[in-house]
Amino acid sequence: MNVLSVRDLTVEFRTPGGRLRALDRVSFEVGKGRILGVVGESGCGKSTLINAILGLLAENGEITSGTIRMSDGRDLTKLGDAELRAIRGQRISTVFQDPMGALNPVLSIGRQMRDIQYRLPLSRAEKDARSVEMLRKVRIPDPESRLVQYPHEFSGGMKQRIAIAMALMMEPELLIADEPTTALDATLEVATIELLKELQRDIGCAVLFISHHLGVIAELCDAVIVMYAGAVVERGEIGTIFHHPAHPYTERLLECDPGRLHERVGRLPTIPGEIPDLRQRPAGCIFAPRCHRAEPRCAEPPPDRSVGPGHVARCWLAGETAEARA
Amino acid sequence: MLGYAVRRLGLGVAIVTTAMAILFIMIFLVPGDPASVALGPRATPEMVEALRVRMGLDRPVWEQFWNFYASAVRGDLGTEALSGRPVADVVLEQLPYTLALIVSGISWAVALGIPLGALAAVQRGSLADRIVGVLSVAVIAVPSFVVAIYALLIFAVWLRWLPAIGAGEPGDFADQLTHLLLPSLAVGLGWVGYIARMVRASMLEALQASHIRTARAFGLPERLITYSYALRIAILPTLTLLGIGVGHMLSSAVFAEIVFARPGIGKLVYDAIIVRNYPVVTGAVLVTTVFFVMVNVAADILVGALDPRVRSELGR
Ligand SMILES: Nc1ncnc2c1ncn2[C@@H]1O[C@H](COP(=O)(O)OP(=O)(O)OP(=O)(O)O)[C@@H](O)[C@H]1O
Ligand SMILES: [Mg+2]
Repeated sequence: MNVLSVRDLTVEFRTPGGRLRALDRVSFEVGKGRILGVVGESGCGKSTLINAILGLLAENGEITSGTIRMSDGRDLTKLGDAELRAIRGQRISTVFQDPMGALNPVLSIGRQMRDIQYRLPLSRAEKDARSVEMLRKVRIPDPESRLVQYPHEFSGGMKQRIAIAMALMMEPELLIADEPTTALDATLEVATIELLKELQRDIGCAVLFISHHLGVIAELCDAVIVMYAGAVVERGEIGTIFHHPAHPYTERLLECDPGRLHERVGRLPTIPGEIPDLRQRPAGCIFAPRCHRAEPRCAEPPPDRSVGPGHVARCWLAGETAEARA
Repeated sequence: MLGYAVRRLGLGVAIVTTAMAILFIMIFLVPGDPASVALGPRATPEMVEALRVRMGLDRPVWEQFWNFYASAVRGDLGTEALSGRPVADVVLEQLPYTLALIVSGISWAVALGIPLGALAAVQRGSLADRIVGVLSVAVIAVPSFVVAIYALLIFAVWLRWLPAIGAGEPGDFADQLTHLLLPSLAVGLGWVGYIARMVRASMLEALQASHIRTARAFGLPERLITYSYALRIAILPTLTLLGIGVGHMLSSAVFAEIVFARPGIGKLVYDAIIVRNYPVVTGAVLVTTVFFVMVNVAADILVGALDPRVRSELGR
């Protein structure tokens, strides 16, 4: 059963230069207790995807089509503010990229953790006890006395662990992590990833994990979706994608520096060319101008081709590429 | 926190000391001999000389300077030449009236400016936001003595809702409060605009912060986010601004006290200048300087109390 299933999600922003399609018919699902990775270059729509799921799109943004369903079948795109708020922090929790800014600087950690539990019919002391327990789980030393401290009194790694503790405190079905480790140095990153994995197993929640790190994705995730210019160009099980990519974009990502994928230090490699202006999308494949395999038929909109079990690529050449490589 | 407060206080003392030095130099540079000015043109040279000795003006400058400080620290601001009353008494007698005026001026600014600014920020672009925007610019632009005169005309003379002049019966609190309403509006109205604009700007900035997005992602109620998470940060620069505002209100108080014929420091200084009663002017300026610095120290300490980052940066 799926904790989250996104179907044909399209998001557009109204901008002075016209409508900008930031997500283009995005589809994927996150199975119960699974970890789904999301990779893609900067500006490909990763944060937009999260905001659309959370119902927190900027004022000029709008979901123009598609559905986002929870496990109970409810479509998040149809819910009102109050219903969405009831889901946020309760059934879907989020850890954001910037550990420095993610916590309120003038409220104590204890206060912020208490506020998150505002829905629970517990006393202040009981809520604090839960907070302490959660901080202990993320290995904050001496959590009782640190509850009264403020964010600036913690190191960056600690702050990110506190943010994780906060996100998991209500035992959500789905944890969204938007590049939770990008701001941390390599050793801290490893520790944080391991901690996240451990807690995920404990709580049994599903995770939508966004990262620039192919290595981290390979390490942590069960499946992955590859995004390019607002489209999911390929999705599938982690092994399939890494060993038998069906989309030329994924191929290029992996080819660029395959040896470093397992080193964790490998940042998303760069591909010649730039992401096109999303306000003027071409009729055909949006990757075609940068694609080393582009053909005349790529001027037509490419289909989402099923290449194998759970493996889909938005490319005219998809099945053929895989066969050719096989 | 204590260390931070002590440091702020120390800074306040340093500022007052410097201000006193400037004040001393200014008195020294005023043309004319203070003694003959005090006694007027018909005084005999002997009388002037006697007063010079009494005022210590025959001493070397550095000694006068030292005496100025030493007696000020003792609370001795000299004596009024004519009545012979201690200047400190004269000034302190008037201080409560001006204090009441400024405290109520600030109350207007805070009670109206903060909610209006927060409302404008939360409903950015709405009709309410635009109305608050236009009104705040308008009240900032109007000089306080104009507000004073119109408030007097409209509410006291035409509508007769509120008393026009005086400070009210001593001991009758309600009466004093109604007498305070118009003058404090004159002093505080512009600051309602300043504070509203300031709060709106810093509130908009606070609402953009990523921790607000975190709070939203946790589904916290919007009311809690606005007031506890954003406004708490947004009022911090406002507190500092209010400290400065007290200085401006002190000068508006001069007009308000004259227009409404209220007792107070402003009126005292105005009258003293007209009759060239320099010791009173000096004493009043000194007292208001100390008051102004104290208010700013208090504002800084309050910011420290509300902002843990400031506290630990400057405190420990
Ligand atoms: N409020 C907005 N108004 C207009 N355009 C927007 C808005 N938010 C995002 N975009 C555009 O949508 C596209 C996707 O942005 P998004 O922030 O989702 O990318 P991202 O993949 O999260 O990038 P990064 O890795 O840098 O965080 C970009 O082209 C961006 O310019
Ligand atoms: Mg992003």
